Amino acid sequence: MSTPPAYALTAVHLYPDILNIYGDRGNIIALRYRCEARGIALQVREVTVGDAFDPAECDIILAGGGQDREQRRIADDLQARGPALRAAIDGGLPALVVCGGFQLFGHRYVDHQGGVIPGISVFDLETRHPGPRADRCIGDVILDTPEGEVVGFENHGGRTYLAPGQAPFGRVRRGFGNNAEDGTEGARTANAIGTYLHGSLLPKNPALTDELILLALRRRYGPDVTLPPLADDAERAAHATAARTAERRSRAAG
Amino acid sequence: MNPRLALAVSAGKLAGVAARRAGRGGGTALPGLVAERVDPGLVGHLASQLQRGRVTVSGTNGKTTTSRVIASILEAAGMPYVHNREGSNLMRGLASTLLGAAGPSGAIPRAVHSFGLFEVDEATLPLAVPELRPTVLAFTNLFRDQLDRYGEVDTVFALWSEALAKAPRDATLVLNADDPSVAELASGWAGPVHWYGLEDPSFSTAAAGAADARWCRSCGGSYRYERRYFAHVGLWRCRGCERRRPEPQTAARDVTLALGDAAFAVEGAGSLQMRLTGAYNVYNALAAVAVARVLAVPSSAIIAGVGAARPAFGRQEVVEVQGRRLHLLLCKNPAGANQVLLLLASVGGEGLKVATLLNDRFADGQDVSWTWDVDYEVLAGKVERCWAAGDRAEDMALRLTYAGWPRCDSVVHEPGALIEAILAGSEAGEDIFVIPTYTAMLDLRAELVRIGAAQPFFEAE
Repeated sequence: MSTPPAYALTAVHLYPDILNIYGDRGNIIALRYRCEARGIALQVREVTVGDAFDPAECDIILAGGGQDREQRRIADDLQARGPALRAAIDGGLPALVVCGGFQLFGHRYVDHQGGVIPGISVFDLETRHPGPRADRCIGDVILDTPEGEVVGFENHGGRTYLAPGQAPFGRVRRGFGNNAEDGTEGARTANAIGTYLHGSLLPKNPALTDELILLALRRRYGPDVTLPPLADDAERAAHATAARTAERRSRAAG
Repeated sequence: MNPRLALAVSAGKLAGVAARRAGRGGGTALPGLVAERVDPGLVGHLASQLQRGRVTVSGTNGKTTTSRVIASILEAAGMPYVHNREGSNLMRGLASTLLGAAGPSGAIPRAVHSFGLFEVDEATLPLAVPELRPTVLAFTNLFRDQLDRYGEVDTVFALWSEALAKAPRDATLVLNADDPSVAELASGWAGPVHWYGLEDPSFSTAAAGAADARWCRSCGGSYRYERRYFAHVGLWRCRGCERRRPEPQTAARDVTLALGDAAFAVEGAGSLQMRLTGAYNVYNALAAVAVARVLAVPSSAIIAGVGAARPAFGRQEVVEVQGRRLHLLLCKNPAGANQVLLLLASVGGEGLKVATLLNDRFADGQDVSWTWDVDYEVLAGKVERCWAAGDRAEDMALRLTYAGWPRCDSVVHEPGALIEAILAGSEAGEDIFVIPTYTAMLDLRAELVRIGAAQPFFEAE
């Protein structure tokens, strides 16, 4: 057996000090764990408001969620990075943006008083908050996605509406999804995924994690790169428990 | 006496008797629930009798322990008090406690000389304050808790501000100077404020894990820390405005922590020793000392009361099972869990044996994502053997694997199976550290009671 080539990837965690509310750090932990298990050196760069950063030089982008106050805090900085991020994502840069990060990768977020936070239009969608009296979308989620079954937990006030032609990340089997109406969840453009799911998302969905790693490796090292499989029994058990929990609670709720 | 109140009191007491006959254990919420149906003003009517003063204790972490230390101090001082000791901290729990203290007519004996001491749930505070009309409102800290239940940190802050707007104008706020979110409660408060805080450079850490206050609520500026004790707690200062950590009137110095006890000094009160440990419990005790000073309790009673305080059930309680010492270390949220892990990392030594229990019921928070905000990594290399249990044992096992802990000995749902696994993987005389979420702790404790290792909690009180 020949020694596999030494691969190195750089992940950029956008606004880790600001958008970090629902255990989204777990996504970084999972990427690192699954890279290290295969001898892939993963460098994680934290980029926050005001930091210099060229998306063309990184291999994966991640961003998490935040409260409304926190989204406002990053809005201007994110706007300034918009053209470079869009260009890199059009060129195949893998990205995973969750909740608040997902909303701001669309065209705009309209809060319950009609205030608008502009997004960067990576995804063709907008998010509106239906007002303080509307229930938040909170609970377990099971999705069917092109990468298979994905499990997670959602907790969002805003309702996201995809423009015609914008692909979702998945279809809701259990849970609310983008807007509790049309059965879509998240969005996918090229290799960028936006979603409301935390849990954290990547640890319990190892196939998705590997897909992001593989997309990043192929983009940098060529289309022949493969990923050796890992044992994954702990990941599969946690995934199965989350799916069982979602089914049980969904039955209990009628 | 108000006839409706008397009727409510009788109905509530009857419900309590019926619940106990039906074998529903402590039944701490039912009597209050029933009585409040009859007289919605019940809590206010009963609490107003407690004329010595009424204290509320709120905050994300440390409510129960802080209240218990205050109770222990009042006990040592020989001052009578009414306390929702069994920990039901919602309106119906407050109602049940007051009912229990009242006679059949609704009169509380010795009420004129008694204090009311009420641990109050964060979200219940705006409802409880107009009824209890507290003379002292103590706040411990503000961290993210079960986001699916309480909403975001900003929501809780708004609830507290609403509660303060309804509080008596001359009430005293007892505030943690080291938590900038709690400190902000003093803005716009015209009444007296008593600050408490930690003055011990040896606690300084660079760890900002689980920090939940990053920007000044007055100006939006970011905080810088001259000294950080943990998360967002420390000697803070706003970069954008004049706000900075206030000078505490009650300050702890010379803190020393051991596995089962701790000591610290408070200027003007003396040296204190306690059977609780961890920086978080130093804060809890300090909050209690501050409240006691506001209530003009003599220093001798403060020292005796802090020394006599015992952990609440499941919080640093030690239960012996076939010679193994199980240390139950309740963790309800990332900040609390990080505190327990830091304590084990600093005083637990090497070769630790640790069981973690994760449930996802309503009282635990149905969303288990918070475990990814906890720094289990600080014990990587120090844990020799570990077990995962609870409804979401598999999630816990995965979290520990990714944190660099050894593979779990067993991953089980039932507490009985966990105890068997622990016995199989340990020797008599060993310390086992057990870190459960709230309902997982209740389940485990019930099992420990069933096998005769622990007392039911209402008897252990």
